[in-house]
This record gives sequence, structure tokens and C-alpha cells, in this order.
Amino acid sequence: MPRSRVLRRVALRLAGAVFVLWAVATLTFFAIHLVPGDPAQAILGGPGSQASQEALDRVRADYGLDQPLLVQYAAMLGRLLSGDLGDSYALKTPVAGLIGGQILGTLVLALLALVVAWVLAVALALWSTSAGRAGRAIAGGLELTAAALPHFWLATVLIAVFSTALGWLPPVSNDAASGLVLPVVTLAVPLAGFLAQLMREQMLQALEEPFAVSAAARGETAAGLRFRHALRHAALPAINLSGWAVGYLISGAVVVETVFARPGLGRTLLRATELRDVPVVVGVVLVVALVYVLMTIATDVVSRLADPRTTHSGGAT
Amino acid sequence: MSDLELSNRAVSGRALPRPPRVGTMLALAFVAYLIVATAWPAVLQPYDPDAIAPRDAFDPPSPAHWFGTDESGRDVYSRVVEGTAASLLIGVSATAIGLALGLLLGALAGLGGRVLDFAVGRVNEVLFAFPGILLALLIIVLWGPGPVTATIAVGLSTAPGYARIIRGELVRVRGSSYVEAARVLGHGRGRVLLRHILPNALAPITVLATLGIGQAVVWASALSYLGLGAQPPAAEWGAMLAAGRTYITTAWWLTVFPGLMIVLTTITTTVLGRVLAARDGAAR
Repeated sequence: MPRSRVLRRVALRLAGAVFVLWAVATLTFFAIHLVPGDPAQAILGGPGSQASQEALDRVRADYGLDQPLLVQYAAMLGRLLSGDLGDSYALKTPVAGLIGGQILGTLVLALLALVVAWVLAVALALWSTSAGRAGRAIAGGLELTAAALPHFWLATVLIAVFSTALGWLPPVSNDAASGLVLPVVTLAVPLAGFLAQLMREQMLQALEEPFAVSAAARGETAAGLRFRHALRHAALPAINLSGWAVGYLISGAVVVETVFARPGLGRTLLRATELRDVPVVVGVVLVVALVYVLMTIATDVVSRLADPRTTHSGGAT
Repeated sequence: MSDLELSNRAVSGRALPRPPRVGTMLALAFVAYLIVATAWPAVLQPYDPDAIAPRDAFDPPSPAHWFGTDESGRDVYSRVVEGTAASLLIGVSATAIGLALGLLLGALAGLGGRVLDFAVGRVNEVLFAFPGILLALLIIVLWGPGPVTATIAVGLSTAPGYARIIRGELVRVRGSSYVEAARVLGHGRGRVLLRHILPNALAPITVLATLGIGQAVVWASALSYLGLGAQPPAAEWGAMLAAGRTYITTAWWLTVFPGLMIVLTTITTTVLGRVLAARDGAAR
């Protein structure tokens, strides 16, 4: 594909991404203001705080809550453009700073889990396509079970086995590398189950395609056939799924970070949800939407590079 | 949404491997068990699920108490059986909400012309940017936690996925040769829609619903586990897990067994969903 078309495609995708982010911001803004409940009351500590009318008025003026809704909406968009996500109701500190301090740990966790899931899935797919009927049935059962494991349960079982019973790994995830093992495994195993199902199905399909038959006729070994030809074919849908997977992993981080008492975006989000700290929740959701949108664009580009049908223009027969 | 991409494939006929016959039989047996546990829990309960026996607190699994006892000496197995109805009710209701909304959006997009299709497509794109339980968390922060909000939240979060699949099916069927043939034969629009397009496009709904229930049970129990859905001491699987979390280092059975029920339910719905999808694909 010529470079200009790639660039045009990326530009179009970026425009779509900006639209999605604007829509997410708008949707959350109006959802907050349509719901009963007084933000000024929430800022002052919720309905139980018995704030005086004077204090409520002051907060309303400070936060611009006495302005008409559309003015508030315009102000919100203006602030977003300059990267200001507002102030937390509970902590009274800027949300952007709060998220900035937490996002790295969560991204490290999610990306490590993505890598581990890919390694597990490729290994399982390569093994199961070469195994006999019994091996394939076992692999199928393993994948199905792995994909069905909820994060919260897998995490508690891993803690019970590897921390409590065996004492090999800490039940609390801190900065040490050993603390990352259980959270990463928790996130990676169910995802690996999904990816492996997808890849195995695609590989078996690919091995029956004419290109695989002709490669075999050229004298390609069975292992080479699977590794060099079928795997590439099978990787495409799995790459496409990876953009979605990062979002899924970040949402899984809400549970995993909570179980392993690991600081991060997910735990921040959960605490803010419990406290009904709306600006923090909206900020985290916006940032996750941004990551999700960027990842979708990235996987789109990668899958185009990995697909021989799109790199050699007109090469398809 | 976890099973969305896969169920999309299952529906689109490029079917995932059909589970072996043994798997189908086991899944059906587990469905029968769940039905009994929902309708007549007492049949399966060796003890009163709420009977407190402080002296028997934290008994590990034994022949007397298969799943052990909890902090008040209540029989965990009896409580797991008791929780079946609540957990399944949440899962089924959430799936119904998600499917109904997905049907509405999917039909608007698939049948309503180009403008509506574009609009629904963009709405869906936006909703997909709230991955996993994020949309549910957003709904809960706005409306406050509780089992009802959690159910609605899970239903709403699954709707865009269903809408996309249903729209795809409608577009596929609308362009198929038999619909073309019916039009050429001079059948009216309404008749073509009712007799040809809808029955064929909506056939996968049973598959989607089956796959969706397992997913909804997992999501709802995840919310309960996080303390945002059903609350302990309710005998709901997620809530039981949340309650047992405190004792994870001393009494693993409090979390392992309720979770096992969730896992078995998900595996069962996946297996049955695939069997249905394979049958659907064969009938085409």
C-alpha cells in the first residue's frame, strides 16, 4: 500500500478518535447533570455532611456550578483541551495529576499481561495444531476453562496457592518484580484462553488453504509450515483483538489491583466510584478511552503491516 | 464484552469447534442442576443456609460440610445453592436488558437506512470506548451502588456488542439471494421483512442469549465482589466471594467454591452456546 494512503487512513482514524473522545466527554458531562444529586453537596462530603447554605453557595460559585448548563459544558470542553480534568471532590487535588501518578503502574501491568497472554496463546496454538485428536481436545478444554475464569476468582485462588500454601510469592503487589507475577498471570490467563481459541481455529483453517498446500509441496516441514505460514495467518485476528484486549485488561485491573492491593488506575477508579467522586471517575474513563482509541489505531496499522494481502497492492490472485 | 468477538464468529457461521458430545451432556446436566437449585433449593441443601453454628465456624471441607463452613458456622454448600437464584436472576435480567437494547439499536441500524446506520454506528463506537466494566462503574457512580443498578449497568454495557452483531446479521440477510428472490417475485416490503429477513437474522439470538448469560453472571458477580452490587450477607455468589475475601489466608473454601459455581456456569453457557451456533450453521 502506498505511503500516502497509509497516512490518509491514519489521519481519518485520528479524526474518528477525536470524535469518540469528544462524545465520551459530552456523554459523561450530561449524564452527570441529568442525574439527581447536587454536585456542591457531593463536594462538601455528601448528603450526610449537613453543609450550610452559605458553604453550598460558595462552592457553587467556586466550581462554576451556578452558571447555565451550556456555559459549564463549554468551560469543561475548554479545560479538557488544555489537559485539565478538573479537581477531585474528595481529595480537592487536580484529577490529571492523580491519574498521571497512577497510570504507569497500570499500563505496565496491562502490557505485561498482553505479552504473556500472546506467548501462552501462540505456544498453545502451535502445540495443539500438531497434537493428535486427544491433544486437541485437551487444548480445547484448557482454552475454554481459561477463558471462563473471572479475574477476581483466579486472583484469590492464586493467592491461596502461591502465597498462603506455598509461600513462594507475595500476596501484595508492590514495586518488586516478584509482586508483579501473580497480577500479571491473573490478567493474562483468561485472555490467553480467548486468543488461543481464535488462533487455533484460524491456523487449522490456514493449513487447508492452497498456500499451505503449495508450501508443503515445495518441501516445507510441518513445523515450518505452522510457524512460518499458518501462524502469520492466525495472528491477524488476534492482533485486531489486541486493541480491545488492552481495554479489557485495564478494566480487569480494577479487580486485580484491588485484590493485590496494588496502586494504580483501576484502584483509583474503584475508590472514586465508592466515594462517588465524579470528576475522578470521568477523568479515568476519558483516559482509558484515549488509550483504547490509540491502541485500536495501532493494531490497525500493525495488522496491515502483518497482512501480506495489504502490503503488496494487487498481489492477491 | 469478553466473549463478543468470539460469539460474533460463532454467529457468523465460521463456527468455533463444536464441543464434544460428552461436553454437551455435562453442560446439560449442570443446567438441570442449576434449575433445581433455583426452583427447589431445599432439595439440594443438606443444611439451613442461614443456620448459625458458631462452634462449627471455619470448618474446612469435610464429608459433613462439602464446601466447609463460614465465619458463622453456616454450611457454604447450602449457601452456594441458595445463591443460585439471585445470581442467575441478575445474569438473566442483565442479558435481557442488553439484548432488548441491542435489538433496538441493531434494528435501527440494519433496517433504518443509511443515516440511522451511521448514527448508531458512531454511538456504538463511543460505547466501545468504555471497555469491560468501565461503563458499569460509570453508571454506578451516577446512580449509586446496589443489585438493581448493577443489573442495569451490566445490561447496558453489553448492549453495544449485541447491537453490532444483530446489525451485521440484518445486513447480511437483507443482501442474501433468497431475499432478492422474494423481492423479484413481487412480495411486499412488509412481507419480505416479516417472513424472510427477521426470522433468519434473529435466529442467532438464542445463541447470543445463551453465551450472554454466563458473561453477565461473571460481570455482575465482579461488581458484587467489588462491593457495588449485591451486598453480604446476601447469599449471592459475588457477595459470598466478597465476604470470604477477608479470610482468604485462613479459609480458602469461602472464596473458591462460590467462584467455582460462576466458572462452571460460564463454561456451561459457552458450551451450549456453541452447540446451538453449530446447529444454526448446519441448518443454513
